[in-house]
Formats: sequence, C-alpha cells, structure tokens
Amino acid sequence: MAAVATQTAPAPAPIVARPRRSFPAWRWAILLIAAVYFLLPLYAAIRFAGLHAFGSVVTQPGFGSALWLSLRLGVVTWVITMLLMVPTTVYVHLRLPRLRRLMETITILPIVIPPVVLIIGVLQVMPLSLRSTPWLLALEYVILTMPFAYRALDAGLRSIDVKTLTEASGSLGAGWLTTLWRVILPNIRTALLSATILILALVLGEFTMASLDLQTTFPVWIVLFDQENAQISVAASIFALVVTWLFLMLITVVATRQSRRTGGGEVTLFSVAPRETIGN
Amino acid sequence: MAADLTETVTAPGSHAGPGARRFHNPLRTAPKPVREASRYAAVAPFLAYIVIFLLVPLAGIAYGAFQNPDTGAFTWSNVNTAVHGAFLHGYEQALELSLIASVIPAVCGLLLAYAIFTDRGRGAAVLRQVVITASGVFANFGGVPLAFLFIASFGSSALITGWLSDIGLNLYNDGFSLYTMSGVALVYMYFQIPLMVLIILPALEGLRPAWREAASNLGASSWHYWRFVGGPVLLPSFLSCLMLLFGSALAAYATAEALTTGTIPLTSIQIGSFLNGNVIAGQENVGKALALGMVVIIGVLMIGYVLLQRRSAKWLR
Repeated sequence: MAAVATQTAPAPAPIVARPRRSFPAWRWAILLIAAVYFLLPLYAAIRFAGLHAFGSVVTQPGFGSALWLSLRLGVVTWVITMLLMVPTTVYVHLRLPRLRRLMETITILPIVIPPVVLIIGVLQVMPLSLRSTPWLLALEYVILTMPFAYRALDAGLRSIDVKTLTEASGSLGAGWLTTLWRVILPNIRTALLSATILILALVLGEFTMASLDLQTTFPVWIVLFDQENAQISVAASIFALVVTWLFLMLITVVATRQSRRTGGGEVTLFSVAPRETIGN
Repeated sequence: MAADLTETVTAPGSHAGPGARRFHNPLRTAPKPVREASRYAAVAPFLAYIVIFLLVPLAGIAYGAFQNPDTGAFTWSNVNTAVHGAFLHGYEQALELSLIASVIPAVCGLLLAYAIFTDRGRGAAVLRQVVITASGVFANFGGVPLAFLFIASFGSSALITGWLSDIGLNLYNDGFSLYTMSGVALVYMYFQIPLMVLIILPALEGLRPAWREAASNLGASSWHYWRFVGGPVLLPSFLSCLMLLFGSALAAYATAEALTTGTIPLTSIQIGSFLNGNVIAGQENVGKALALGMVVIIGVLMIGYVLLQRRSAKWLR
C-alpha cells in the first residue's frame, strides 16, 4: 500500500494508508534457503569441473557438429513456433477471447505429457521418410515449447491494448498483415524475445526425445562425452545454463526500462504486472 | 475479411472504411453459422498442428497397446502385462515419487513466489526479475546435466556431503542417498520449484489489493485475511498448479535415469528401456501399453486441472 501511495500510478491512493506489518525476516529466510538450494549445487559442480574445463569445452571432438545440429533444430523450431503461435494468439485475443481458456489448457498439455510417451507414439505413426531426418525432432519440439511460447506471447498481448491498436491501424487503412507486422509485433517485441530465448533454452537442453530418436544433439553429446571426460561435460551444461539466464535477464531489464519510459508496468517473463498489484 | 466488410456496411451506398468495419463489431450482429465457422477457421492451423503432432501420436500409442506385435491382431495381453508385476510396481513408485516431488515443491514454490511478489523494498524489482528469469531457465533444466550437479554436490563423497559430515551430519548414515526415492525427489525440486513459481505468479497477481484493504478496514487481521479471503481465492489455483507439478514429475525421465540407472523402477524409465530395445520377444508393445497407462493418468489429472481452473477463474482476472 505504501508503495502504491508513493507511485504515480493512475489508481487513487487509499484514503487510510495504514502501514501493514511486513515480515522481512520471514522473507529473507525463504530467499536465503532458495538461494542456497539453487546455487550450492551450481557451485559444487563448478568446483568439480574446474575452471580450466570451461575453456577446453569448445575444442572437444564432436562439440561443433552437435552444437550445430542443436542450433539448426532451434532455428527451425523457432520459425515454426512463431508462424503458428503469433497469428493464432493475436487472433484469439482480438476475436475469440472465449477460446483463451481452451488455448491455455491445450498449450499446458506438453508439460504433463511425458516426452518419452510422446516419442514412442511419434516413432510409431510418423512416416519413415520423416523419421530418418532430424527435422522430426524440430516438429515435435514445437509442441514441447508451446507452454512457454504461448504464455510469453499471451503476457505480451495482455500488456498492450491490442484492440485499440488494431482499430487505429485499421482506420488508417492498414490490412491484417500490415497491422500484425508493423503495429502488433513491434509492440510485443519483448514477449517475442523472451519466447525466443525460452524456445532456444528448451531445444538446446532437451535430451529425452533426442536420445530416443538417436540424434546426437548438444545435450546428447554432453552425455556421450561424459563417459570420456565428466569435467568437461559438467562445464558445458553449466555454461549453457548461465548463458541462457544472462540473456533472459538482459531482455527483461531492457524491456522494463523501456516500459517505464512509456509509463507501463514492470515486465517479467510471463506477465506484465500493473504497478498497483505489485506489493499486495 | 471480404465477408465481414459486406456485412457491416452501415447504410446502403455509403462506404464504410476499414476502421468503421472494426467499430461495427460483426460479433454483435445476428450470428450466422457460416460466419461463426469462418471466425474459427483462423485457429485451424494451430489445432491441426496439435492434432497431427500431439494427438495422433497419442492415438497411435492407444492403437499399438492393443496390438499383437507379431500378428497385428487385437489383444489384451500387453495391457495385462503392463498392470501386473514389475510394471505395476513401476506405476506405484512413479506415483509415490510424483506425489513427494510435487507437494513439497508446490509449497516451497508458493512461498518463494509470495516472497518475491510482496517484496517492495529497495531492489525489489531487480530481485523479482532475477528470480523469475532464473525460474524460466531452471524449469527447463533437467536430465543428465541436472543429475551431474547433484552428484557433484550430494554424492557420497561430494562437496556438500563432506561439509555436512564435517559438522557431524552424515547424510548417508542417516538413510539418505541420492540414488533412492528421497534423493531423486530432492533433485526434482530443482526444476519443480521454479516451475511452480512461474505458474502460480499469475494467480498471486490476481489477488486484488482492494480485497486486502477492504478486509483490514473491516478489522481483519492478516490471519483472517488469509483464512477467509486470500486462501479460498488462491486454493483452486494452487491445487491446479499442484496437479501440473504432479504431471511434470511423472513426465521426467532423463534425470531419474541418469541418477538411478534403473535402480528405482519408474514407469518412464521402463518405457525408455523398451524404446532402447531391451525387449523380451512378444512384449514389444508392452511399452505402448505402459505409455497408455501414463496417458490415462495424465488425462485424469488434466480433467481435475481444468475443473479447478474454471473455479479459480471466477475470482482471478
């Protein structure tokens, strides 16, 4: 409440700004435990790998081709996901808001459907010509990335007034494609960026389907290589984790700065919280 | 689009521009079946993709589960094998592990999400961003690299185990092992807690500050607020997130496989071993029957999830 009163939010300040007790000790205890639980294993693994292992990751045999395969899969997955999800999500927001709940339920499915179950079905029903190429993986990764891609896009669209923007653009004579490309997409570029990073993080880290489909992607290579040099494969996985995290941090920090400049709220990965709800 | 245009021209002969077209919302006019169908046509590619790459493979599993691998004839024997003996035990273990590895992370994740959500001190926004972006990354972190992390810290002669034994707490003498149920549950929390933070945050954002103010104006204490307002509103969301975490724990494969190398007979590992070709002749399709069992469990979970989401939607957003 105090935070609301000091901000220049359009919401009127509460008349009785009774300061509520906060629980700093309680909060700090939780954050401390979480930090210990999440950072200690990382530290232990870095200690185990040794710093020199990080430098020698890139020179290992097979590293280049495995990473190259994973990157190509990532790009193909990204293209298909964006072509499929962006128009659908925008359209649902504009014209079929009733379907949003259904979309949310459908796109949450891949979190709970085990990849090991999905791949067994895929290998059974897909034609052989597709099964023998790595692109089958990209097609299935589109499914796996949906929970994160949809949520990022949905949050982006909720943070802007799609309807007014579309109406304004339409009254200036723009068609659907122009509106999407030149009005909506630039306005949700933060959401697009977070979706991109999340898609790449998933594709660069997915092991189950790739290994059962017998494709040597980057995570599969890490595991195969572990049998020769465990330290280097630990270094490679930590490296991938930290780089992804840094990219996501960079995106949200830049996006929040831009959003503040235009008077918007705080931008996080899956939601743009209006100022007045923060600190409830 | 052309159909919309002709429908919403306001007066005969007058030209309605595209802007006018949008303001005269075609949804308001009398519904026509054809136009209704064309409105839904735009989501057809998405639905078709889901059908082809998600539902057809699942249907393929259901088909294969009832198929004799040699003759292709209908049979119950795969399903029969899958629900008895070692495979039944696999389901029991998987469900037990999923229960542990969803309830604890759900509570921890809720506390963590609440802690960062209510923080409004200096640097609160930065802290929130650090935690949320980290959650996005860690929720996707799993499999063998995750197993490495914990072997390097909680293995029998690893760093943290060493520290703890220095202060007189010997984990492995007290019945803990990274390679048993408790160990795997501890590892699963590493991606389950971040997942919980991500999926419960929207529900926390839905709690209106006005409710809290109204409650405290009526003289409610913090406990009263949570007992009678916040708690009941949040409960359906919490339970639906719990179901999602349960499913996610059930779905995990690579982490458990890398950690236990099969010492805990989880269903997902059993399915994986069928795919890797460790099959007794005549049992080739038992893996599909096992997978079908998983799909059935997931189906029940998702029904619960949808019902709870519908309930929570009444208050949130």
